[in-house]
Amino acid sequence: MVHVVMATGFLLILIGFYGALTNRNLLRMIVAFTVADTGVNVVIVSVGHLHGRTAPILDRAVAAADAVQRIIDPVPQALVLTAIVIGVGVTALMLAYAWRIYRQHRTLDIARLTALKG
Amino acid sequence: MVKRLVALALLAVFGLVFATLLTGYTPDAELNPTARYYAERTAADLGAANIVTAIIVTYRGLDTLGEVTVLFLAAAIVGLVLAEGAHGHQPGRRVRPPVGELLTTGTRFLVPMILLLGAYVFVNGHLTPGGGFQGGAIIASAVLLMLLADPLRHFSHRLISAIESLAGILYVAIGIAGLFLAGGFLDNRILPLGNLGELVSAGAIPLIYSLIGLKVGAEFSSMLASLSETEEL
Repeated sequence: MVHVVMATGFLLILIGFYGALTNRNLLRMIVAFTVADTGVNVVIVSVGHLHGRTAPILDRAVAAADAVQRIIDPVPQALVLTAIVIGVGVTALMLAYAWRIYRQHRTLDIARLTALKG
Repeated sequence: MVKRLVALALLAVFGLVFATLLTGYTPDAELNPTARYYAERTAADLGAANIVTAIIVTYRGLDTLGEVTVLFLAAAIVGLVLAEGAHGHQPGRRVRPPVGELLTTGTRFLVPMILLLGAYVFVNGHLTPGGGFQGGAIIASAVLLMLLADPLRHFSHRLISAIESLAGILYVAIGIAGLFLAGGFLDNRILPLGNLGELVSAGAIPLIYSLIGLKVGAEFSSMLASLSETEEL
């Protein structure tokens, strides 16, 4: 089961990379990057999964005393929470820069953005 | 076409790496030592029912402060980059597009409830799945809905930045209070831990996560407002 989730995450990363490498439109590249980002998050969360265990929240179902035997690894979840939030910030930055590029060059096609070509 | 072939070859290499990782992966049967420490000590040391929250707010609190700072920087740069572009254009120039009765009435009905849900999620961050970042994102989704219903609506950037800086200053002040009243920077034990599973428990965690919720909500809202204020091209 974990392998299925992990394979899905890897597949999302590959789809994102494919989109980022083959598209020439900046907006499409940004969407592709967010897909790859999601894939990375899915993979990290799946690493923390332990078979037959439950979420790392103590309540009536999981007493504090036997938490070690009952819960999955909370660290990857904390990491992914951070990664998602930073991902939003990065996406917003990419969109803002894409807007600036469009405003200056009137195009989002990277083949026509040649300012950095030597 | 050569470019596409190169891309596909690169992806094949990545696919090979991922396949090796996947076939060689065996899930752990037991928690690793770090996770075991958190699972054993969270309830006794911090009094938080949600262990992920305990890690984010207290055990790795300094990293979260850094994360909030990164988010603040991203929001500030988005505002800077977009504000420079909007320079010199009259705000009244744009025509309000028709949005429809359904969206307008639905927004009026839903926005207070979405705000309430966001506040609920970050106030209960130490008990249930959720917390400041999730609650903040929910609050920003209310702002997004308001922008959809009225794309020309102008949000007060002064109010947003006042909420954001106040939440940030209080967050750091609570962290420094931990330095003097408890074990270290951002220690949550400056307030009584209370009983595990109650709303008023886990020391300063609900307070810190509420401040993070307000800060993140304000940052996301300012990003959305900046993006919506760019002029038509």
